[in-house]
Amino acid sequence: MTHKKHHEPLIHITKRDQMVWWKAWMVRAIAILSALVVAGAVIVLLTGLNPLSVYAEMFEGNFGTPRKFWMLLQNTAILLCIGLAVTPAFKMKFWNCGAEGQTLAGCMAAAACMIYMGGSAPSWLIIAVSFIAAVLAGALWGVIPAFFKARYNTNETLFTLMMNYVAIKIVEILQVLWENPKNSGNVGVINRQTEAGWLPSLFGQRYLLNILIVAAVCVLVHIYLKHSKQGYEISVVGESQNTARYIGIDVKNVIVRTMIVSGAICGLVGFLLVNGTGHTIGPNTVGGQGFTAMMVSWMAKFNPIAMVLTTALIIFLQQGAIAIATTFRLHASLADIVTGIILFFIIGCEFFIQYQIHFRHSKKEVADK
Amino acid sequence: MKKILALTLAILMMFSLVACGGENKADDDFKIGFIMLHDENSTYDLNFINAAKEVQKELGLTDEQVIIVTGIPEEGDDCYNKACELAEDGCDIVFADSFGHEDNMILAAKDYPDVQFCHATGTKAHTEGVKNFHNAFASIYEGRYLAGIAAGMKLNEMIANNKITAQQAKIGYVGAKPYAEVKSGMTSFYLGARSVCPSATIDVKYTDSWYDYDLEKEYANQLIQNGCVLISQHADSMGAPDACEAAKVPNVSYNGSTAAACPNTFLVSSRINWAPYYKFIIDCVKNGKEIPADWTGSLETGSVELSALGTACAAGTAEAIAAAKQKLINGQLEVFATNTWKKGGAELTSYLADVDSDAAFTGDTEVIKDGAFLESEYRSAPYFDIDIDGVTTK
Repeated sequence: MTHKKHHEPLIHITKRDQMVWWKAWMVRAIAILSALVVAGAVIVLLTGLNPLSVYAEMFEGNFGTPRKFWMLLQNTAILLCIGLAVTPAFKMKFWNCGAEGQTLAGCMAAAACMIYMGGSAPSWLIIAVSFIAAVLAGALWGVIPAFFKARYNTNETLFTLMMNYVAIKIVEILQVLWENPKNSGNVGVINRQTEAGWLPSLFGQRYLLNILIVAAVCVLVHIYLKHSKQGYEISVVGESQNTARYIGIDVKNVIVRTMIVSGAICGLVGFLLVNGTGHTIGPNTVGGQGFTAMMVSWMAKFNPIAMVLTTALIIFLQQGAIAIATTFRLHASLADIVTGIILFFIIGCEFFIQYQIHFRHSKKEVADK
Repeated sequence: MKKILALTLAILMMFSLVACGGENKADDDFKIGFIMLHDENSTYDLNFINAAKEVQKELGLTDEQVIIVTGIPEEGDDCYNKACELAEDGCDIVFADSFGHEDNMILAAKDYPDVQFCHATGTKAHTEGVKNFHNAFASIYEGRYLAGIAAGMKLNEMIANNKITAQQAKIGYVGAKPYAEVKSGMTSFYLGARSVCPSATIDVKYTDSWYDYDLEKEYANQLIQNGCVLISQHADSMGAPDACEAAKVPNVSYNGSTAAACPNTFLVSSRINWAPYYKFIIDCVKNGKEIPADWTGSLETGSVELSALGTACAAGTAEAIAAAKQKLINGQLEVFATNTWKKGGAELTSYLADVDSDAAFTGDTEVIKDGAFLESEYRSAPYFDIDIDGVTTK
């Protein structure tokens, strides 16, 4: 034993057995508290403001008025839905970084239906056609890289990523085609006077329908992944393609099929963004949420129900951050710093749940155990 | 009977109190909200933000009374929700600074008819028929014209010093989009330069974006390589001024002085000072006056401003600008007088501009009268969109 001693590093890390659920949640709670303390300290150092009033403002920005609360729900719904879209692909270890483009493809299709059918078709028909077109467009944008992956084993990370830029550039071209007024490069709110093709308000709530649709998608994706044969096949392909092949799963087929599902849900988000939310289109309509959704999915460990929480947390932080920046006349970057610190702790704490750290001098205790 | 009398009196008193509150807004009750596209890093938005802070200070308003929201995109419904939120938070006026905010501002204005929604650079207030929605702009073409004089004087200095020949007096212009607001500013700048340096020509490159630092810098450099000896821009980043400073090429800036970052090449900058408009609408709301659908600020209202001249300016520039400014104010000088420019080799006598924006972009209003193109006469936002002779679009 003694001759080994000086080879032993100061710190070494071992993988833990499954941590008891309440312990795991305690670690997460401690992480959030530490994050708030550190972020608070940063705020005091940089601005001299009282951190408590800053946090109060964060709540105010999310729950202060019914509209703010509805915005929290609406923005959560949209981000959640993109997160749900990438999850089947991620579970399959197919790194779909193209949610931004797949959603934008859906937006394009939906906007085209609203523009070309507006004025000539009844609103319900525009909504129906937009929905179908958006879902198909999203699925198409998803299946192209999947096809090449299945057929030629291309790198899906790069392929899906590049498809985002293709979608963005096509939108820029469409903007010129659809701009109003001339040469402004601005599409404006489509069918602003007639509201043709706009999703209706339910009980006077503009976003309720969006939220209900996403809630349904959330449950469906959960059932699909957990309780369907196809969901099981996705898990097996994700764990090991060889095993999948051995037990007779057509891996190529699963890859293509899953990316159609993934892209179709993105397309649905495009429909919700254009027909149900902003009624316009531009390269920033998805606004980077296709990437944030990847974090959402990972943070929830690909569990659709847990994803509701991680999404709500991110949207809560973002909305709160904007409220802080506005109320205290701070640069919006400070709000980003706070969000960054909190996410760092939350993601970082998973390490302590998964692994155990041993220090050299505590060796004895470990041995005693 | 006594009870009824007491009740009537009480009701009367209540009404009189309400009436008082409605007519004149108490100072501490007033609230205005600003919606900005970007933050201070954009020269365009910085100009609006500075004016808001200046007016706040001048009128003694608190931070709770002047709410500035930055980073509200044109796409999606963020602007609509933010405008509604500000109205719900008690704002009497909601102001938005970017062209693309307009549709969402109109939607919000319909939802909150008691709140005034004011929008810079928009085109729809005069046709929309929404009483509490208003557009504003300024006759910035006058400022551009004056800045153009500084450019022309500099070109003359280069010709006099035998640095270039008269034929080489080529200006480069980095434009955001081939949109009337940009073309109007570019043309007035060019006419100002040509009023002192008649041989000047201008090359224009459009970035197709209002804010793209790298592309604006790149295009400025390309223009310089193509023989442009002076650069100006209508785009919101520091791209073009930075390129000029590096290449030692004189630059006429926009939206505010860039002398601090570009001390050796900065000539002058024109900008719209939004403070007079802010003060105007605040005064309207406080005193129960109606805000017009379109408001065009001018040199007289203090809305059109020139910065201090840069050290690189040619001798006599200040005097030449002062003289022209006086003529513009007196009405002796029209920026777009039709005898100073040609289209296809001929002087224009008639032009139908698309003033009432429609989907087909058809011209609807005759804008040439008494020998001048009447810019910002029929609505506040510019509609001069003619590529006059001497302008080359690359």
